[in-house]
Amino acid sequence: MRVPISWLGEWVDLPEDVTLEHLHAALVKVGLEEEDTHGVALTGPIVVGRVLEVSPEPQSNGKTINWCQVDVGAGEPRGIVCGAHNFGPGDKVVVTLPGAVLPGPFPIAARKTYGHVSDGMIASARELGMGEEHDGILRLADLGLDPEPGTDAIALLGLDDAAVEVNVTPDRGYAFSIRGIAREYSHSTGATFRDPADAVEAPPASGYPLQITDAAPVRGRAGCAVFSVRVVRGIDPTRPTPPWMASRLRLAGIRSISLAVDISNYVMLELGAPNHAYDLAKVDADGLVVRRATPGEQLETLDGKVRTLDAEDLVVADAQRALGIAGVMGGAYSEISDDTRDVLIEAAIWDPVTVARSVRRHKLPSEAAKRNERGVDPRMAPLATARVAQLLVELAGGTLDELGALYDESVALAAIRLPLERAGAVVGVSYTRDEIVGTLELIGARVEADGDVLTVTPPSWRPDLVDDVSLIEEIARITGYDRIPAHLPIAPVGRGLTREQSARRRVAQTLAAAGSTEVLAYPFVADAVAERYTPGAASVRLQNALDPHVSLLRRTLLPGLVDIAHRNLSRGLTDLALFEIGTVFLPEPGVAYGTEFIPLGAERPGDDTLARLGAGIPPQSRHVAGLFLGEALPKQPGADAVPAGLGDALDAARQVGLALGVDLRAVQGSNPALHPGRTAELRVGDAVVGVAGELLPAIALESDLPRVVAVYELDLDALVALGAYDRQATPIGTLPAATQDLSLVVPSAVAAGEVQAAVAEGAGALLEHIRLVDDYRGQGVPEGHKSLTFALRFRASDRTLTAAEATEAKLAGVERAAERYGATLRE
Amino acid sequence: MPCTGGPHTAARIDSILVSNPITDSAVTAAVEAALAAIGEAGDSASLKAARAAHAGENSPLAQLNAQIRDLPGDQKAAAGKLVGQARGQVTQALAAAEERIVVAEEQARLEAETVDVTAVPSRWNRGARHPLSLLMEEMSDLFVAMGWEIGEGPELEHEWFNFDALNFDEDHPARAMQDTFFVEPAERHLVMRTHTSPVQIRSLLSRPLPVYVAAVGRVYRTDELDATHTPVFHQIEGIAIDKGLTMAHLRGTLEHLARAMFGEGAQIRLRPNYFPFTEPSAEMDVWQPNAKGGARWVEWGGCGMVNPNVLRSAGIDPEEYQGFAFGMGIERTLQFRNDMNDMRDMVEGDVRFSQQFGMVV
Repeated sequence: MRVPISWLGEWVDLPEDVTLEHLHAALVKVGLEEEDTHGVALTGPIVVGRVLEVSPEPQSNGKTINWCQVDVGAGEPRGIVCGAHNFGPGDKVVVTLPGAVLPGPFPIAARKTYGHVSDGMIASARELGMGEEHDGILRLADLGLDPEPGTDAIALLGLDDAAVEVNVTPDRGYAFSIRGIAREYSHSTGATFRDPADAVEAPPASGYPLQITDAAPVRGRAGCAVFSVRVVRGIDPTRPTPPWMASRLRLAGIRSISLAVDISNYVMLELGAPNHAYDLAKVDADGLVVRRATPGEQLETLDGKVRTLDAEDLVVADAQRALGIAGVMGGAYSEISDDTRDVLIEAAIWDPVTVARSVRRHKLPSEAAKRNERGVDPRMAPLATARVAQLLVELAGGTLDELGALYDESVALAAIRLPLERAGAVVGVSYTRDEIVGTLELIGARVEADGDVLTVTPPSWRPDLVDDVSLIEEIARITGYDRIPAHLPIAPVGRGLTREQSARRRVAQTLAAAGSTEVLAYPFVADAVAERYTPGAASVRLQNALDPHVSLLRRTLLPGLVDIAHRNLSRGLTDLALFEIGTVFLPEPGVAYGTEFIPLGAERPGDDTLARLGAGIPPQSRHVAGLFLGEALPKQPGADAVPAGLGDALDAARQVGLALGVDLRAVQGSNPALHPGRTAELRVGDAVVGVAGELLPAIALESDLPRVVAVYELDLDALVALGAYDRQATPIGTLPAATQDLSLVVPSAVAAGEVQAAVAEGAGALLEHIRLVDDYRGQGVPEGHKSLTFALRFRASDRTLTAAEATEAKLAGVERAAERYGATLRE
Repeated sequence: MPCTGGPHTAARIDSILVSNPITDSAVTAAVEAALAAIGEAGDSASLKAARAAHAGENSPLAQLNAQIRDLPGDQKAAAGKLVGQARGQVTQALAAAEERIVVAEEQARLEAETVDVTAVPSRWNRGARHPLSLLMEEMSDLFVAMGWEIGEGPELEHEWFNFDALNFDEDHPARAMQDTFFVEPAERHLVMRTHTSPVQIRSLLSRPLPVYVAAVGRVYRTDELDATHTPVFHQIEGIAIDKGLTMAHLRGTLEHLARAMFGEGAQIRLRPNYFPFTEPSAEMDVWQPNAKGGARWVEWGGCGMVNPNVLRSAGIDPEEYQGFAFGMGIERTLQFRNDMNDMRDMVEGDVRFSQQFGMVV
């Protein structure tokens, strides 16, 4: 809401030296947050001039300029060069004299141009900051003005006014008006408030036929509570809007359209009551009808768009056609035109829900709807029509007719019970009885006391006051939030972070300490990306994605890492180790998630209902994933570069395992986005918990990455659940160890890990440690085979092992590997 | 030791036939030669040669020593003493020289092993946490320290939890103002949570009273990415429901948090505002005493007393329990706390951004 100072000052006393800062400070105290300031930054001298002579002078550049003599009151006429042509001798114009500064800032000085000294400038409306529309010189006659030359044009045109813009919260519709803001300013400062509603004279009017119906109330509430009409006859719609009104509207952010429309908007802003003016000649003689629209009914709204109406839309109509969407926007057909003589003025109180839904349905926000969907003071409807009528009479030359009507089915706001002690118990401030009662009366409520219990009837403009706490907020707000003291509450003993929360932190800390950088990618992916990484899998789709081509929720963290890797590469960062811990969205195919219904608020749904809500939420899981590319170690003095590869991904996965207390095992695996020969399935026991591998080179190249990109992704939730949190200690043997090497020849296709596992299993409890040290193929090893060398360490807990015992255990391991994989000892 | 070779034989004959060969001068000459050779030895090899020549089996002193047994009995003791002292002198010199040479050689080796410590190859890469994650953890820790617990909930949420249960009427403008991402099909009422507040309801439904819970996590709004907006961001939110909690407890909690985040001089200012899920509601500003460019008030978040309808949604009797809730954006907090001008840096994943913080924000 933008509030011109001069307008506010009409209804509440402002200090002599009022500033925009003062207004913002006063309003923010009562909850109207500062948004902006508006005003024309210009300084004089800017005066009215009368054009005496205009001599056109063609120039060599093809333009014609006018050399003008202008009477600016004092002294000799001034010679001014002007490039515009929409004025002539005798016209009153605005002259900015040397020393003036126009918005820009654009200082005016006497300057030599086109062979003359131009002693000032004849201004356009745009140059004066009065609007963008008109390029030509501002002719004061067009504003209906005929002032003396030399008159101060700044005051004349209201250019010295300025406005504050405040943010009005959605519960306080009444503050979308000068009336509401003036009242709030008064609450904040104690300044005297004069209700503009009290200034309106509303002579009786009757006889206009109305038919207010609602065959299908939304959520049980009738669409129209109050409907007021009045008739003004014989207006001249072509008269200019007076500068003071145009200036206020402009500062309030409303474009000046025509006198009748401007008056309607002016009254809406002043009283907070949207209203509408119809060309009476266009409305059927049987009068106005309020009804729900017929499905499919068409209406051209004032913005020139033809809208197809819904059965839930409420319309103002006549016997022939819909004339407007109630509370949202009028129709083009009955719009005021230059030919309009008789005006039908309407103001009504509409069901906020009906209005809000029409706005959403037709994507048609409007100043009227903004107020109607927040709730308008029902008392204002007849006052708004009266005030519009009065201004049409005063400014447009009309005559007030006795024809009119008032339908009023408004219901008074319910009284609220408020025990006096309740305010202090909620806010933590000891309010006195006088403070509580005084504040509630100040905001316009009617207060009756029965002992220590108040019965409070909110004022008609405060439909948001519905319960004790909303009244308590008013008490706290008006008496000042700065009175609230600070006490630290003592919470009961807590259990600290959950196992999952601590585990996630350990994972992140471990990966960062080991050299990876954490990133946080958006979870949105394009269809083609989802198809590439998780072909055939179901994905959640957003209905209103910012980029309609990127509307799926990720099932894997990898695409986000790939995107971020690409962004880093493009910035010249060629060696990358990234990781992300984030949510993936894993709907099952064919499941209709969500529910058809939404339970009501303000009551606990039954357990069955809660279970259905829970079951309707697609599975979501936290994953950890990482990416490596470029060099794991760069070339350094005395050390060659080490390229990043699968080993880095596997190590990172193992680091995650370490952080979570699980032993990850890699087995040959596959994944649609990964290299078919370089993919490891990661397991804990028999549970598959993730994958590590090189990105499919085709994907890497499509993503503008180098061919080798190593990645891993683990189901963090699953890993945390598998983690050992009650591991039992194994005694540490201190007796001497026996170490032996073992070389086994196996077919090349057999995985080293499997052979190692077989040896370990066969060797039994004496084997303390086994490690693969070599994989040899070539001379001395049969074609299609490889020689795997393991280093083994044996130890017994109760005796020093002999070499013979160690050998015996080793051979038992060999035997197992031989049984399983045809392994033979390499001689 | 048997003697072999001519010179020894000749000397022996000399000693027998001519005179006692173990003279002071002979011994002194042998010692002097030995000490000179030892003194000249500059490294282990020359010391080894000097040892062999002057203390070895064939050294002059060893030969003199061997001749003692051929002396007449009455001369043996004196000669033995003379040679013994001489050998002792040489042995001592050898030991001293050895120590000297070992030290010198180790010294030389250490000097030779000097490396440029600014150019030692590294096997470590610099990693980093994301500063948003670090900030969320730091703030969470503060609540945990107060006995609160950290609640969680799904990012893809049912509308009831995101709106209805939080007193957002389906037709209230506040609901439309949330710029919600809806999931297809919208008639199934799934949304990307627009705030962490659904965790309030989940906590109230699942935990015994009293409840003191903070929720931290990702939220979504349909804002285009620019310097001050991102469609995916993070919030921290707190809810405390107990008997007798007031707005004063809200302010106390916020001040405690503010001091932990911004230093002892931090203060909280509350301004009236509106949120469907709180009443009274307030906008909170924090006085940031250590802001770059000077201390200032900064808008930090929203808060208020939990609306009775929210408690009713969780089956809690608002006549018996009441409490407060608050929430703030992590991105915004990071922005003004750590003087970051452009929110895009937080979402783009440029490793340089996180690496400037490392593991501490």
